[in-house]
Amino acid sequence: MKIHEYQAKGLFRKAGIRVPDGRVAKSLDEALKAADELGGDKFVVKAQVHAGGRFKGGGVKLVNNRQELKDAAGSILGMKLVNLQTGPRGRLVRMVYIEKRVEVERELYLGVTANRSLKCFVLMASQSGGTEIEVVAAQNPEKIIQERVDPAVDLQPFQCRKVAAALGLEKGTASQAADIALKLFTFFRTHDCSVAEIDPLIVTPGGDVYALDAKVNFDENALYRHPELKELEDPLEMDRLELDAQEYGFSYVRLDGNIGCLVNGAGLAMAINDLVSYSGGKPANFLDIGGGAELERVTRAFQTLLADEGVKVILVNIFGGITRCPTVAEGVIQATKNLDLKLPLVVCLKGTQQEEGRKIIGESGLNIQACDTMEEAAKRAVELAGSAKGVSQ
Amino acid sequence: MSILCNESTRLLVQGITGKNGKFHAEQCLQYGTRVVAGMTPGKGGVEIAGIPVFNTVSRAVRETGANASIIFVPSGGAADAIMEAADSKIPLVVCITEGIPQRDMVNVTRYLNDKHTRLIGPNCPGVITPAARCKIGIMPGFIHKPGPVGLVSRSGTLTYEAVDQLTRLGIGQSTCVGIGGDPILGSTFVDILELFENDNQTRVVLMIGEIGGNAEEDAALFIREKMKKPVVTFVAGKNAPPGKRMGHAGAIISSGQGTATEKMGALRASGATVIENPATLGKTVAEVLAKHP
Repeated sequence: MKIHEYQAKGLFRKAGIRVPDGRVAKSLDEALKAADELGGDKFVVKAQVHAGGRFKGGGVKLVNNRQELKDAAGSILGMKLVNLQTGPRGRLVRMVYIEKRVEVERELYLGVTANRSLKCFVLMASQSGGTEIEVVAAQNPEKIIQERVDPAVDLQPFQCRKVAAALGLEKGTASQAADIALKLFTFFRTHDCSVAEIDPLIVTPGGDVYALDAKVNFDENALYRHPELKELEDPLEMDRLELDAQEYGFSYVRLDGNIGCLVNGAGLAMAINDLVSYSGGKPANFLDIGGGAELERVTRAFQTLLADEGVKVILVNIFGGITRCPTVAEGVIQATKNLDLKLPLVVCLKGTQQEEGRKIIGESGLNIQACDTMEEAAKRAVELAGSAKGVSQ
Repeated sequence: MSILCNESTRLLVQGITGKNGKFHAEQCLQYGTRVVAGMTPGKGGVEIAGIPVFNTVSRAVRETGANASIIFVPSGGAADAIMEAADSKIPLVVCITEGIPQRDMVNVTRYLNDKHTRLIGPNCPGVITPAARCKIGIMPGFIHKPGPVGLVSRSGTLTYEAVDQLTRLGIGQSTCVGIGGDPILGSTFVDILELFENDNQTRVVLMIGEIGGNAEEDAALFIREKMKKPVVTFVAGKNAPPGKRMGHAGAIISSGQGTATEKMGALRASGATVIENPATLGKTVAEVLAKHP
């Protein structure tokens, strides 16, 4: 689960990690009021969306007086922030964070995450703050400082001092950085984060250390231990269809194509999308229906697909292991009737009693194309999507 | 021979009194697995489908000689269940449970460090050896048949699809292993590839990866340096957008890392056969088998 920078900074502040003073604002008036409360003239105005790289899309501005603040907040609030991380659809900015400017001498990186290969949490640091850590890791792996955390004793102060020294920090600055590292890890562990990152962690000309940005993601599987964190979720940052699907227990990701895919299992769903692309088509979505493909789930999945106006053809691919194919077939037929589905429907059923399942579909009298293999089904769906393009609706 | 499970496997089902535990205990039993015990704290003394249920793993092991365990315990208690099995020195533990918190898996990994337990999963379909009629998992048994292909995968239903394609071409499987879709797993591709390399029944390995992490890159290194047997691979999620979780907790491209294209490149460079079209999994394995009689 992602949260906004201003929320992450609020949590950091509580955890004793030093962040500059700031206020969130949803309108120009609130932005000006925030500036008055904070005092001074120099601020940073930052778009609050669940995406990084905001500077590049024009979502972060430095201002030196009230007029500039007004102009910056005015241009960022309501803008569509588009960058690599938001995707081509972009993100509507509904809030800005007004923060007191801090003078920056050095920009560093500090983060805690799980290392999948080492199967443990790691504290990571680098002298190249402000650059994505994964990019640094790929291009200059020697520049990443990494400390493994032994879960039996958690991160130790000496490890934090080692990291501070490796960052080239000295004296009071080194102690401040080591202190922040320890507090960041403790925050990560006690809140069951999947990522807690400070990029950049900055050093002022006076030698003080601040978290200038804050990125926190929570492990969704552990949220049941932290019911209070659920309140930090911002549903407006999520695609509406993805949000609905989540409620039904589906995994749904919206894409840009016109073939709506309904599949059971995440790996198979990815493979079907790959196959559609391989066959020259474009999937409109990734959809893993999860457990059994019975009537209610199929109906809801169809509704999700239909809510995306880009969908011209529906492709259903179910491997019935525990769920028998005849049950799936009946579910698909009933859902088609209930929803009065007009779009072309291609169905591939495999697994337990697949022949009976296909027979039921063949005899339904509905316009459903039953295919024996995923390849045939994908090709058929791509053909139908191609001809659908020509028909204006 | 086969890997991980065979005729002498004696299976314990942890969480047998739950809906899934009971259903799949019966399914394993029907397939031919020797299911010797069940375990649910506080439910000891009853029988489920003729299987005696115990309150603790240690008692179940002592009384039945169980040497493998399958876990259906809900996510909040699954880590505890894995450690309980390891404490009783069960050599093989298969955890089906999905949604275990990452911190729990980090702790489990540390706990297993000095234990003699191999963990498969979590969030996986399990392990099956058709020749021994031994299934420790939730996969449909009937699609499998005995043969020379060792299969290892991060997925569930995509593995069934692959098995189905193989079986329809008359090609059987030595053992199929679903290692799971989570970021932190008990066994990796490399662990299972090593077992297949040393298994005399396995002639070809089919490895099914997906986006996220670098398990496929680690596997590529192992294939290049340590494997003599041919490996055929497919990596799902070539067209997945960055930053989006594709169903599995571990299937996510972060900041351009963990893409299918990268993984396929690494595997190709290792000498493995890389499949682009998932409809040709079975066909490609057949071709590779023909070249390696």
